[in-house]
Amino acid sequence: MGRGFRIVVLIKQVPDIEKVKFDFEVGRIDRSSAPAETNPFDLHALEAAVRLKEKFGGLVTAISMGPKQAESSLREALARGADHAILLTDARFAGADTIATSRALAAAIKKLGEFDLILCGEKTVDGDTGQVGPEVAELLNVPHVAYVSEIREVAGDKIVVVSDMGDKYLCEVKLPALLTVTRELNAPRLPTLRDVLSARKKRIEIWDADALADYEDPNRFGINGSRTIVVKVVVPGTEKRKGIILRGGDAVEKLFNILEEGGFARP
Amino acid sequence: MIGGILVYAETIDSKIHPISFELLGKAREIAEKLGLEVWSVIMGFNIREHARDLIYYGADKVYVYDDESLKDFDVVMYKDVLVKLVREIEPEIFLVGATPLGRSLAPRVAAALDTGLTADCIDLQVDDEGNLIQIRPAFTGNILAHIKTMSKPIMSTIRYKVMSMPTRDENRSGEIVVKDPPKKIDTGIRILGRISRRAVNITDAEVIVSAGRGLKKREDLKMLEELANLLGGVLGASRPLVDEGWITKDHQVGFSGNTVKPRLYIACGISGSPQHLAGMRDSQIIVAINADPSAPIFRYADYGVVGDLYEVVPKLISMIKRVKGVGGS
Ligand SMILES: Cc1cc2nc3c(=O)[nH]c(=O)nc-3n(C[C@H](O)[C@H](O)[C@H](O)COP(=O)(O)OP(=O)(O)OC[C@H]3O[C@@H](n4cnc5c(N)ncnc54)[C@H](O)[C@@H]3O)c2cc1C
Ligand SMILES: Cc1cc2nc3c(=O)[nH]c(=O)nc-3n(C[C@H](O)[C@H](O)[C@H](O)COP(=O)(O)OP(=O)(O)OC[C@H]3O[C@@H](n4cnc5c(N)ncnc54)[C@H](O)[C@@H]3O)c2cc1C
Repeated sequence: MGRGFRIVVLIKQVPDIEKVKFDFEVGRIDRSSAPAETNPFDLHALEAAVRLKEKFGGLVTAISMGPKQAESSLREALARGADHAILLTDARFAGADTIATSRALAAAIKKLGEFDLILCGEKTVDGDTGQVGPEVAELLNVPHVAYVSEIREVAGDKIVVVSDMGDKYLCEVKLPALLTVTRELNAPRLPTLRDVLSARKKRIEIWDADALADYEDPNRFGINGSRTIVVKVVVPGTEKRKGIILRGGDAVEKLFNILEEGGFARP
Repeated sequence: MIGGILVYAETIDSKIHPISFELLGKAREIAEKLGLEVWSVIMGFNIREHARDLIYYGADKVYVYDDESLKDFDVVMYKDVLVKLVREIEPEIFLVGATPLGRSLAPRVAAALDTGLTADCIDLQVDDEGNLIQIRPAFTGNILAHIKTMSKPIMSTIRYKVMSMPTRDENRSGEIVVKDPPKKIDTGIRILGRISRRAVNITDAEVIVSAGRGLKKREDLKMLEELANLLGGVLGASRPLVDEGWITKDHQVGFSGNTVKPRLYIACGISGSPQHLAGMRDSQIIVAINADPSAPIFRYADYGVVGDLYEVVPKLISMIKRVKGVGGS
């Protein structure tokens, strides 16, 4: 790999989940109440990409599909070591399920040209499907390894990784390939002030659906290209819980009795 | 010709993962409602003998791919086999377990078939118009989304232990179709070996006693482990303890760890963050022991004890020991 590693990192902007308000009565998600952040798992994917670049040389491109404000996550990616950033934004991308999302991302990667490795998070904290990685790999016809918790070595056109499937497996994959990563992979470094400032000067490329038309039919993006629809959202209450607080000096004894009656503390 | 619901029977070490039987049970139930058959597919090496079990648990027809080339989980090989089979038999619905393997494999199959896939469902229902409604948690477990698929086959991955285990009926009969193994191709993937096994299989545990940041030092885990053992359960933990290196990730409960559904979950010194709740909120009985009466965990608990875990837990241990008639205290 004389020209160094060409690495693509997929970055999704998500709401800060601890600040999203979930309306229990009407089953509504109020995203506007929460500040946006980069999907935590994607920071680990980016860190891995930057480390590979530092070791072997190369180029890291961050791609995100989302509304205009997702630019801030790409800006963060630039501060954290990405060389290029591309935002896929267009009303025609909106309302995408995972397959429609994956088509847009795969088309953008095709447009970029050659790549050795695509890194993405294991899943997101909002949609939470973990499907986009494997789907992008399939659409690009490259192998993938999911739940990568360690990158052991890169030798020639192969990468050796540990895949955490509960039991851990050592896997060798031929490049180009896609990896989905867990949080155990690394500890993302914080960007320095200098990194943040220089990232501000970098340009974020904006691609719309037409920009990808050579690689995918724009009617297959967004809500039109989606195969699943969310018909209803329910915010589960806690009503099925008993919510009994055991009080008084004999609280532990009461708990013990409950466990015993439940058959948990049999002689 | 009667259509079918296809169930992927997952194997590990040439044994069937119990999720496969749970899926067959659910598939049977939906099949009755929609007038479909239940089909299953099993692949691996030396797994042929299990085909009959799949029939006993509800399959009408089982497709078997038994070949050395399928010994290791090569996601591309497995995908190719499933895509070919689905194109041939055209099921209406295709269910896969939401295990790490299933969640890596199913999206590739769905993308190749250009069909919708719903992730990590905890329920499947049939509405009045005969549509399959797939119910799944999202937003770190904060909501339940009801999802409909507009393409065929409807694909979903289903969480382990949310569907009940059907009874095994050795009188059931069905057809076993042994398929030709796929041609071995170089997919670019080589599984060099298993380098470690999980220390505990926490998702299978009936009782879990979990430790959180309320614990002062690593050694104190022993106390909670003792409680877990006395209750016939295993030790769980919140994420910070794993990050500290006090305990391995096999024990971690939550969004980036294991999703569990034991009969009894005791959270000790755990505040109840959304990420922790995402992994245990469907447990049958939840007990919380926490010093802070305003800790969110109490809102999700059936029983709560407000107090110092260093007083509560030892007391509880000695009471249990007394009825069990075990040593000392
Ligand atoms: C409540 C709810 C439930 C949903 N359930 C389903 C469902 O069951 N099936 C389905 O097909 N769709 C579903 N969707 C739609 C889905 O959330 C979107 O398609 C989303 O754009 C991508 O899915 P995800 O967030 O699950 O990503 P995941 O597949 O969890 O993401 C994995 C990785 O892929 C990369 N990635 C994901 N999205 C982007 C992006 N936009 N830009 C760049 N990189 C990205 C990141 O690296 C990320 O870490 C649901 C949406 C909602 C609101
Ligand atoms: C993307 C992402 C994924 C995550 N995944 C997970 C996950 O899988 N699992 C997980 O657990 N977390 C996860 N987290 C972290 C999560 O946000 C919380 O930080 C974590 O769950 C807090 O753990 P805790 O409850 O043990 O600690 P704390 O929130 O610090 O709570 C400690 C509790 O102990 C109580 N306490 C203190 N002393 C005592 C005492 N002597 N006796 C009794 N009670 C006492 C306190 O009142 C407090 O309520 C994730 C976070 C992110 C961003």
